[in-house]
Amino acid sequence: MRKVVIAGAGMTRFTGKQPRTAIELFGDAATEAVNECDIKPKQVQALFLGNYLGDFEEGQAQPQSFAADYLGLAGIPANRYENACASASAAIRDAFIWVASGQYDIVLAGGTECATKMGTPLATRTFAMSSDSRYEYAAGVTFPGVFAMLAHLYSRRYNIPLETLKNQMYQVSINSHYYGARNSRAQFQKELTLEDARKSPTIASPLQLADCCPFTDGAAAVIIASEEAARKLTKKPVLIAGVGQASAGNLLSQKEFLPRIRSRELAAQQSYKMAGLGPKDIGVVELHDCFSIAALIALEGLGFFPYGTAGLAVEKGETKIGGKIALNLSGGLKAKGHPVGATGAAQAFEVVRQLRGECGERQVDGVKVGMTDTLGGDGGTLCNMILRRGW
Amino acid sequence: MEAKLTFKEYNENLKQGRLSGLKCSGCGEVSAQPRLICAKCGGSRLETLELKGSGAIQTFTVNYVAAEGRESEAPYIVLIVELDEGPWVMGNLAGIKPEQATMDIMGRKVQMESTAVFAGDKYSAGEIARPIFKLVS
Repeated sequence: MRKVVIAGAGMTRFTGKQPRTAIELFGDAATEAVNECDIKPKQVQALFLGNYLGDFEEGQAQPQSFAADYLGLAGIPANRYENACASASAAIRDAFIWVASGQYDIVLAGGTECATKMGTPLATRTFAMSSDSRYEYAAGVTFPGVFAMLAHLYSRRYNIPLETLKNQMYQVSINSHYYGARNSRAQFQKELTLEDARKSPTIASPLQLADCCPFTDGAAAVIIASEEAARKLTKKPVLIAGVGQASAGNLLSQKEFLPRIRSRELAAQQSYKMAGLGPKDIGVVELHDCFSIAALIALEGLGFFPYGTAGLAVEKGETKIGGKIALNLSGGLKAKGHPVGATGAAQAFEVVRQLRGECGERQVDGVKVGMTDTLGGDGGTLCNMILRRGW
Repeated sequence: MEAKLTFKEYNENLKQGRLSGLKCSGCGEVSAQPRLICAKCGGSRLETLELKGSGAIQTFTVNYVAAEGRESEAPYIVLIVELDEGPWVMGNLAGIKPEQATMDIMGRKVQMESTAVFAGDKYSAGEIARPIFKLVS
């Protein structure tokens, strides 16, 4: 396998409702990524695009081909990835594999989503489509409902009183907003107070609005290139040192592992093994905090803290810059926003910028290795990437 | 390989108050969902069985924000029950007001008392049944 790098990265500002189409948003993100490494459209050999719900948002299936044409790439193979919230990460991982194999030298990968075009009732319905339509949705489970049930399970499994856990969960969201307030591309560039978190409405008990990521419009893109091809494209190639992906059946079928997410543990182990690294080597992590409880579960599943202790670690400040692991310095899904099919590429964008030292007041000094973690549905897909400086 | 239990059969049985499952002839693992291969041992010799519908609450939520078309159902309790035979199933809890559901119900014994049917919407493939449980202790 050849070494593969991210040669350029781009991302729109993430927002609430806005007028432009998913293809236009991807055009902006892809243009930024392309311009960073000054390649010409004809050098891009394939497009792998994450998009979860374009069919429902804009009545648009097969956006990848029209996106390729919009960008002047008509004729190249273009694939859409639908892995729920992990769509863009699955697209980037496949781009990595195709370039590593020698089939392509340069691939454009990323994702785009206009989730707010649906409005909350339809968005709630379509997000719930990642649960099992046969054995789960009939009972009325929603996406917040899944993680609400995991929160209760977590409280019981690790013997943490619910009120204690809820305070830890508020702190996860407060931290995300702290960094989101310092990210000019975040949807919510505003800090969250404990008082506001506490009085936010309950969505699915015990989760309140302050525990939940928003609906978001946005896109992100990366240029994936062989190390050799990238020499001509950038002085700061970011090496994709390890990738991992795993699947799982519906939530009910994961009974032996919950609240742990088995697919995460499989994917993370693949990533660490490929990179020859472990949790202690990771300087920044962008992980899947679709709900505050999901961040705690992810911090433990990736090996940063023992099971049942991540909330305490967050309270102690161990997930801030200067702590044990710098967590979601972009603001995470909570504050930066969660345009579902684009999220994994936006996580990669943040890690790339951190490794290059371009994150201003939320920069981790001298960070050399970062990780992404993207969860699709309730663990049906899990993708991890370990990125490191390639210069 | 022939499916011993299809979704259609499972759903029709549930509508009539019967919870069907599959038992692996190799390792004894029971599934409350139709599947081709045993999740535990990978065996393909699965036989149908009727589940008793009794078990214990593993987790739950009170859902206040329902999906499009189901707004009038909220608030409602969604719960996961571990059946006595082993598998987990998702359903609703009757007999207590949603606002009164706290973590105290976790671990308590329940029995399937009836079934309810999601009538389906323009995105789904028709009616889908789910179990309704009641507390028995």
